[in-house]
Amino acid sequence: MAEEVVLLDFWPSPFAIRVRIALAEKGIQCEYKEEDLRNKSDLLLKMNPIHKKIPVLIHNGKPVCESLIQVQYIDEVWHDKSPLLPSDPYQRAIARFWAHFVDKKIYEIGTKIWTTKGEEQAAAKKEFIESLKLLEGELGDKPYFGGDNLGYVDVALLPFYSWFYAYEKCGNFTIEEECPKLIAWAKRCLQKESVAKSLPDQKKVYGFVLQLKKAFGIE
Amino acid sequence: MKVECAKTMAAEEVKLLKTWSSLFGLRVVWALKLKGIQYDAIDEDLSNKSALLLQHNPVYKKIPVLVHNGKPISESLVILEYIDETWKQNPILPEDPLEKARERFWAKFNDEKLLPSIWGAFTKEGKEREEAIAAAVENLKLVEEELKGKKFFGGEKIGLADVAFGWLAYLICVFDEVTGFKIVNERYPLLLAWMQEFSQLPIAKDNCPPHDKLVIKFQALYEKHHPAK
Repeated sequence: MAEEVVLLDFWPSPFAIRVRIALAEKGIQCEYKEEDLRNKSDLLLKMNPIHKKIPVLIHNGKPVCESLIQVQYIDEVWHDKSPLLPSDPYQRAIARFWAHFVDKKIYEIGTKIWTTKGEEQAAAKKEFIESLKLLEGELGDKPYFGGDNLGYVDVALLPFYSWFYAYEKCGNFTIEEECPKLIAWAKRCLQKESVAKSLPDQKKVYGFVLQLKKAFGIE
Repeated sequence: MKVECAKTMAAEEVKLLKTWSSLFGLRVVWALKLKGIQYDAIDEDLSNKSALLLQHNPVYKKIPVLVHNGKPISESLVILEYIDETWKQNPILPEDPLEKARERFWAKFNDEKLLPSIWGAFTKEGKEREEAIAAAVENLKLVEEELKGKKFFGGEKIGLADVAFGWLAYLICVFDEVTGFKIVNERYPLLLAWMQEFSQLPIAKDNCPPHDKLVIKFQALYEKHHPAK
């Protein structure tokens, strides 16, 4: 049967970027459909009626929702190339733990950095750096979180690198000063074609954030 | 051969750090019981966390933590998948990747949508409470839809999603009693039927915290969130 893979996408979404990296790592042909989130397509509403959000992965007509669930799905279906999760159950548990940490901490706190000011923003910046330092600790001396190759946690975290410039400008701080190892890791990952072609330009993301701030009346 | 047997027995050491009332810890108990795994339960006092807990979950300092042969795993859904991959009997995740994705989706829905909305309905006041109730009603509708034509979320047998939703089977009635408000009512006949089925399972029947003790605990929590004016 011909494999039909469609991704309902949105260019700056860190969650969509995760799926793009996973698909690229495994060399999977995919049709990317860019959604206008102010005018969601019938397809999106049909394929993700519960959350009505992107990304949605549609494989041979069947939808899979939620980015980390999609990445695991891709890893399980296309298991013979570039595995993202390790085979050992304990190592898999560690990877899942840290991917979940990225979801809980990096996205929500990062959002606070560009949507708040004053004390709230200061607290968010502090927690953000602390979270990145914990991730640096997990990375250790490995070139990637996955070891010698990109793994599940790399895919979970990398998209947020595209947002670092926006966080830095809005929060008036430098991430590299506090977390040089993590920046080195991100740059190392960007050497890979699958990552380079999946991550949007940082300045373009900042432009998008400025538009959002204007639209929502955030100073 | 005798020495080998002793070696194998000594090698399998499973500890579970939890509390008597935590629904997240109880999920792990259910999974361990389902698979017939022997383990040591350590009930923590969260106002005075043990050195073991702080050592084994330095990131969140929370329970549950499963410690298998000295190696710790935190976060209940991560623990459940670890248990399923390590002990293959009575699987809670299917083989098919699409079905697996569905189970994971609904387990996540419980943790990120349903449970917080019901907890919000329990703890908040005024407009926030109304919003939480509205969200809970929406979420319950979706869960009811998902149960159409099924005995369990996992089909004929329980799966990851059932274990995640399992707290409804024994804790919702406690919330009903404390608040005098039935949030899972006759509008959700399939969900009510599922709660009955789930509570009759051996793992649930033999392992839920005592109802009266839970009422006392949640009554106190309710009063804390709704101080008498």
